[in-house]
Amino acid sequence: MPKTLFAKIWDDHVVHQEPGRPDLLYIDRHLVHEVTSPQAFEGLRQAGRGVRRPDLTTATLDHNIPTVDQKLPIADLIARKQVETLRRNCREFGVTLYDLDSRNQGIVHVIGPELGLTRPGLTMVCGDSHTSTHGAFGALAFGIGTSEVEHVLATQCLIQSRPRTMRVHFSGSLSAGVTAKDVILYMIRTLGTDGAVGHVIEYAGPVVEGFSMEERMTLCNMSIEAGARAGMVAPDETTFEYLEGRPFVPPGKEYQEAVDRWRLLPSDPQAEFHRDLDLDVDSLAPQVSWGTNPGMVVDVTGVVPDPEAFDEEADRESGRRALDYMDLDPGTPVQRVRVDRVFIGSCTNSRIEDLRSAARIARGRKVDQNVYAMVVPGSQRVKGQAEAEGLDRIFTEAGFDWRESGCSMCLGMNPDVLQPGQRCASTSNRNFEGRQGKGGRTHLVSPAMAAAAAIQGRFVDIRDWL
Amino acid sequence: MEPYRRETGKVATLDRANVDTDQIIPKQFLKRIERSGFGRFLFYDWRFREDGSLDPRFELNRSRFRGATVLLTGSNFGCGSSREHAPWALLDYGFRTVIAPSFADIFYNNCFKNGMLPIRLPGRQVKDLFRRVRENPEYALTVDLESCTLRDGRGLNLEFPVKPFRRHCLLEGLDEIGLTLRHEDKISRYEAAHSA
Ligand code: SF4
Repeated sequence: MPKTLFAKIWDDHVVHQEPGRPDLLYIDRHLVHEVTSPQAFEGLRQAGRGVRRPDLTTATLDHNIPTVDQKLPIADLIARKQVETLRRNCREFGVTLYDLDSRNQGIVHVIGPELGLTRPGLTMVCGDSHTSTHGAFGALAFGIGTSEVEHVLATQCLIQSRPRTMRVHFSGSLSAGVTAKDVILYMIRTLGTDGAVGHVIEYAGPVVEGFSMEERMTLCNMSIEAGARAGMVAPDETTFEYLEGRPFVPPGKEYQEAVDRWRLLPSDPQAEFHRDLDLDVDSLAPQVSWGTNPGMVVDVTGVVPDPEAFDEEADRESGRRALDYMDLDPGTPVQRVRVDRVFIGSCTNSRIEDLRSAARIARGRKVDQNVYAMVVPGSQRVKGQAEAEGLDRIFTEAGFDWRESGCSMCLGMNPDVLQPGQRCASTSNRNFEGRQGKGGRTHLVSPAMAAAAAIQGRFVDIRDWL
Repeated sequence: MEPYRRETGKVATLDRANVDTDQIIPKQFLKRIERSGFGRFLFYDWRFREDGSLDPRFELNRSRFRGATVLLTGSNFGCGSSREHAPWALLDYGFRTVIAPSFADIFYNNCFKNGMLPIRLPGRQVKDLFRRVRENPEYALTVDLESCTLRDGRGLNLEFPVKPFRRHCLLEGLDEIGLTLRHEDKISRYEAAHSA
């Protein structure tokens, strides 16, 4: 029977199956960070259990850490305790930790791929919803809760019901300046934030095939924002080329053999999905979110919508609440909306290509005097690479703040937060109320759009600048 | 984990769709390394005003909802971040049941791991429940997981769906890790076969 990419990986990882019960699934890679793990390690300790496969477990510090002066002790005592708790847990249970002084440190979803821990055909989990990012490599990767983190630590398995499958096929060709971020925002806008609940999405079609690995990661990263369990892209030459020579990818003959296996993974031509969605992204405009969830999105050439025109009462009600929170009036052209802050970073858009694309816009220009803009590379390696290419100087000369790697103002657990009422153009993935700081207002955009907003002090159609 | 069998309690409503886990428990409270004590911070930004007093505009702050154990709310409840702190906060606040037309997957899953029951009901049944709460100040529900029914003692008797395995684990208060470890031999065999 023809099989999907998803089914091939799932079936290959079933350890135990019983009718009427969820499957017991083997997990190949477990990524751990400081926020969702302390209670899991504590659970192990209380039950007298160990970590079954420390060799398949990798930890890093990313959510809580400051992005300046990382050598100093963390000022926030509770955050410091959480960071120290992860250090202690990793020591005690024999788990590798990429600490602040490690060249491998960074946002968990940035370092997995760049180190080659993420590979086609693997099952991967992390106590973090954006684990879907790793699906870009043709891995089955999904976020889990802390109880499940404990379960994986103890057993290297998870009890999971088989999700449904959905194929999203993008056709057309993208205009210059329109990115994977715009494509995924457009999809969530179309599908709604719960449109893919219970499903694993496979992204397909010429647009995705033409994407680089970094663009595919941006795409898969935000699958969860449409409610999907995971997002995936079939591995191909682009994938193999990206992986060759990465620190944890075996070299030589072993690599060749792995590639031969990976070539068998893509969905068979006749494979059936529970749902199919076709989206034409030809001549798509850059996208900007206007509300308080990632489905509330319009074209940059558009206006803030009028909730009273929505079909459903529930949508009208959340639209009204969103406009009130965002302090926007219906009918306002998006390009008239002014910003106070700009954040370029997060596991959605903090990789080298994202920084290059923002730097291209920033080069030789100046950040608007009313804007405070920061660039936070996704990992120490990205930071090093960017500095080697001189991107840091382009940014700082333009008036951007250049930071150390971490999650930073994507969720503002560290000191990088919006003040109440501040409006931010952000390359991150969530515009929920208070996400970047209580009372802060977030507009989701691509890195180039964020850089342009920093310079102009308001949103601009990046296509006019190219 | 505390078993969940039959629970009777007052119903509180939160009539909004897409309530995300960032709202249920804002990030500044995720730094704690304990599992308990999160109830104080539930819906923090909505529940409290700047000066720390309760915001009377927020639904859950109504005196009639004090002591409620059932939360009735809108679709896609628990979307966003995977933080298990969300069910921990709801539980610690006193909720043992959440009823909504739909839930986000990770949140839904996380509830079961903590002895909390999320119930998915068709939109019109949820709407009807909202009406009943509006009309009856002390509105309470009995949630019977043995028979998978909801009753209000005023004629309402609804069946709700829950997967048999999840139901079994909740009823018995089972530790899933313990269940999995019974398959130790199979896990080892899998590892041996796949490490080649
Ligand atoms: S960058 Fe943001 S979304 Fe990504 S892992 Fe960090 S906090 Fe989560």
